[in-house]
Parts: sequence; structure tokens; C-alpha cells
Amino acid sequence: MSSNQLSDAPGQTPEEAELASLVVDTLGLETVPAAIAPEAPLFGEGLGLDSIDILEIALVVSKKFGFQMRADDADNQKIFSSLRSLNQHIQLCRTK
Amino acid sequence: MPAEAALLAHRRVDDVLAYDGGRPIRVSEFLADVQALAATLPAQLYVLNACDNRYLFTVALAAALLRGQITLLPSSLAAATVQTLALGYDGLYALSDKTDLPLPTVEVARLGKEPASNVPSVPAQQIALILFTSGSTGQPVPTAKTWGSLVYSAVSEAQALDLRPHSPLAILGTVPAQHSYGLESTVLLALHNGFALHSSRPLFPADVCAALEQIPRPCLLVTTPVHLRALCALDTPLPPVDLLLSATAPLTDDLAREAEERFAAPLMEIYGCSEAGQLAARTTTRSPEWRLMRDIRMRQDGTGTWVAGGHVPAETLLADVIELRADQRFVLIGRTADMVNIAGKRTSLSYLNHQLNAIPGVQDGVFYLPDGDESQGVVRLSALVVAPGLSLKHLRAALSLRIDAAFMPRPLNIVESLPRNSTGKLTREALLDVVGQLRRSAP
Repeated sequence: MSSNQLSDAPGQTPEEAELASLVVDTLGLETVPAAIAPEAPLFGEGLGLDSIDILEIALVVSKKFGFQMRADDADNQKIFSSLRSLNQHIQLCRTK
Repeated sequence: MPAEAALLAHRRVDDVLAYDGGRPIRVSEFLADVQALAATLPAQLYVLNACDNRYLFTVALAAALLRGQITLLPSSLAAATVQTLALGYDGLYALSDKTDLPLPTVEVARLGKEPASNVPSVPAQQIALILFTSGSTGQPVPTAKTWGSLVYSAVSEAQALDLRPHSPLAILGTVPAQHSYGLESTVLLALHNGFALHSSRPLFPADVCAALEQIPRPCLLVTTPVHLRALCALDTPLPPVDLLLSATAPLTDDLAREAEERFAAPLMEIYGCSEAGQLAARTTTRSPEWRLMRDIRMRQDGTGTWVAGGHVPAETLLADVIELRADQRFVLIGRTADMVNIAGKRTSLSYLNHQLNAIPGVQDGVFYLPDGDESQGVVRLSALVVAPGLSLKHLRAALSLRIDAAFMPRPLNIVESLPRNSTGKLTREALLDVVGQLRRSAP
């Protein structure tokens, strides 16, 4: 797995890297996908996402991985708390 | 207008006022919950209602009313905004079903024991709430609403949407009760026409469908273009509804038609603003023309378009460029330059610029809305900032305390200077030139 020398974000797994690109592309963020620390918060101080972003992510996730996000699958705050937790949820639920 | 107005319009105490999941909550239970909560409130004048659960929001609103307290509904719960609000409103506390606010908070829960039957009345002139909008001077601008005007507005809305009061209707909303649209079209519409509201505010399309399946027909879905797009993207059949309502952002004809087909229901849109309240409605697929609500009048002069009458508290200037047609119908041409609408939330660019420039270390900064196509997803604001010695991370953190997450710039670019002209003005052309250069030189 290659890592960007300029990145201070250690250890994105290949799946996390793919998800990071998906999130950055979908939301038009200026962040470099490889620079998203897997455990960093997606809301607030981290990427600064809001609930509309969550909806847009859920939309592309459903198209790409073939399942619908539900608020009561688990604590929503927890699933979207970091790139890592979001990826874990996707790997659990994906049908494609 | 009569001197008093009842807390709710339902005719019988066993009428359904809300659905909690699939479980109906009757007027008698609501009244008990309200009275019990009202008894626990501290003796303050101002309260911030931050309840997520729509039923609990309504209980809290009613409890505050009974205690003669004024409910504050700021457009953002960003920490610094709430703290500034608290400075201006002595003794401000929060009523909430969450505990993350920088204010003394009373937790809202269902406290009623025995069903109650007494329906209280509230003086029509009593100030029920204060809504806040982002002013061009950088301070939130308050608009007070009397109970009487809120009741009047709710009845006008039912008329505009061709809904029969006291005829059963279950309302599900994806929009927060704290904002003008959600407040009017879910909470107030239900309370003052004898309808029922669903307690949840589902986000994901699968959850919206599940909630719709918990309420009986006839039902109304109160939502926005962003949610409609997500719902129409579902491969599975959508549960039928009886009316779709959309607001907060422009809806394309294509999406309106698709939504009507998928939900097998007519779609209407509401137009309004926090200051004046809801103003007009239209049936999007039938005509682009908006029809003003009961007793509201529109006039135009050199400054712009004004509305008055009906439930509008005082003559109000609209932030949109409007073409008035015969019979007080109108079409929307666009926004006036300072106002923007991002993901259904409205703000003033000047307000945002004030917030940005107030950050210590920022010498100059400007927000702008890039040209973009909403069909590709929500178009976000961008910003340029001159702040030698400050990092992007620091700037973002400082900004996030001052403005709603929806308006956070993407991207935020640090530059050496802004291309102001000799009179200090920044033209859009000069701005977009700098942006273009930044893009070309980006790695």
C-alpha cells in the first residue's frame, strides 16, 4: 500500500482509501483522500460534514455497495464518527 | 382577531395528536405531558427549544407557552452562536432531548401520568417565539411571533394546501421543527387544524419509507428537494402518500414530476422566509406561479418586493427578485445578491463575511457561491482568506464555532491578498479570476 509522503494520516486500509476517495469526490471536498486519518472525526473539527453530506454519502453508498443506510442499525453518530467506522459498517452490510 | 387562541384545535380528547413510532398519542396524553413539564420549568423568560423529537418539541413549546416563556429558535446551534444568544437573553436555558448545549438544560421527557382534558388558551398577543435570521451586519436578527399570528398562519396554510381541518391527516417531516418551514408545516399545521404529527425526523430514504408505513392514510410528507432526490433514487417502490410538500430550495420540474409519480400524490411547494413566515404555495407540475396565502398582499417599489397582511407581523422586504403577475400571483426570478441558499438553509453572505473577518488573525476574507448545478449535488460555498500565520485547520475550527456547518466553505483557500479595486470593492469577476488561478496552480 503506497502512502503519500506529505500525509500525516497513518494506515488507511485499501478499502478505507477507496471510501475516502468516494467521500471526497461525492462531496467535492478539497481534502486529499489519502490525508483523511481513518480515526479522525467526520463531523465538526475533522472533515466538518453536516447531515446533508450524510445523506449524499448514504446515496452513493447504496448505489455502490447495494444496501440502504438505516438510522437504527446502530448508533448513527457512531457509524459516521470516522472513516474507519463508516467502512466497517459498509463491509458488514454490503451486498455488492 | 379574538383575544385568545386555544393551544390546539382538536375537538375531542381522544383525537390523535401524534404518532410515536406506530403508537398513537392522544390529545389527553399530550395535555398531561404539557402540564407536567410546565410545572418543572425554571422561572425564566427565555428558553431555547432544541428537541429533535418532534412530539417532545411540541410538548416543550406548549409548556413554555403556558408558563408565559418565550421560545428562542436560532437558525444554528453552533456553540459560539448559542453563547452569544445567551448574553443577549438573560437567564436563557434550554429544553432539549439531548445534552450537548452550552446552556443550563432541562431534559424534556413524557412526564404526564393521568390523561388530562383541559385545553388551555393562550393570549393572541403573547409572544410565543423569536426566530433568528443572519443579518448583513453579522448579528442574528430577531423576529418575534405572537401566538395569534402562528395560529392564523397554520389555518391559512391548510387552506392554501387544500386540506380540510379536523379531517384526519398524519404528517411526517424530514425537516427540523426549529426552522420556520418545519415549525409551520408540521407542528403548527397539526396543532391548529386537528392533524397528527410523527415524532421522528428520518434522514435516510429507507427510514422515511419505514416511518410512512407507521402512519395511517391520509398522510402528508413535509420535505425538501434533497430528500426527494434521495427517495426517488430508491430502486424499491415508495409507500403512497396523499400530499407531498417541498420547500427551502428550488425544485426542478423533472424532480417534481418524478416525485409525484413515485409517491402517487400531488406535490406542492411553499415559499416563505423566517421573518414573514410562509407566504405562498404552488402546485409545481401544474404552474410555475405562486399564489399568496390568505390576506397576504405583495407590492413592489424601487427597493424590491414587500409583503404584508395576514399573519405577516410587519411589512417585510423579500430577499428574492420577483415578477408580480395578475391577481397577486408571482414567479421567482432569483435571489438578491447577498442572500444564498445552501442545502435548504438560507443566510446572508455579508453575515458570513463578518463571522470570517471576526476571527483573530484574519486580515481579509470573503465567501462566495461558485456557479454550479444543483442536479450534481448540493453546491457549497467557497471562501478566500488572508490570514498570515494561521493554518487551514485553525481557520476551519474557528469558523465552525461561528457558523452553521452547512455554510462551511469547500474549499477554503488561503491567499496573500484579495483583488480589491481602488475603492476597496471586490467584484465577482476579479474574485473568480483569482479562483481560476488557484485551480490552475493546484497540484
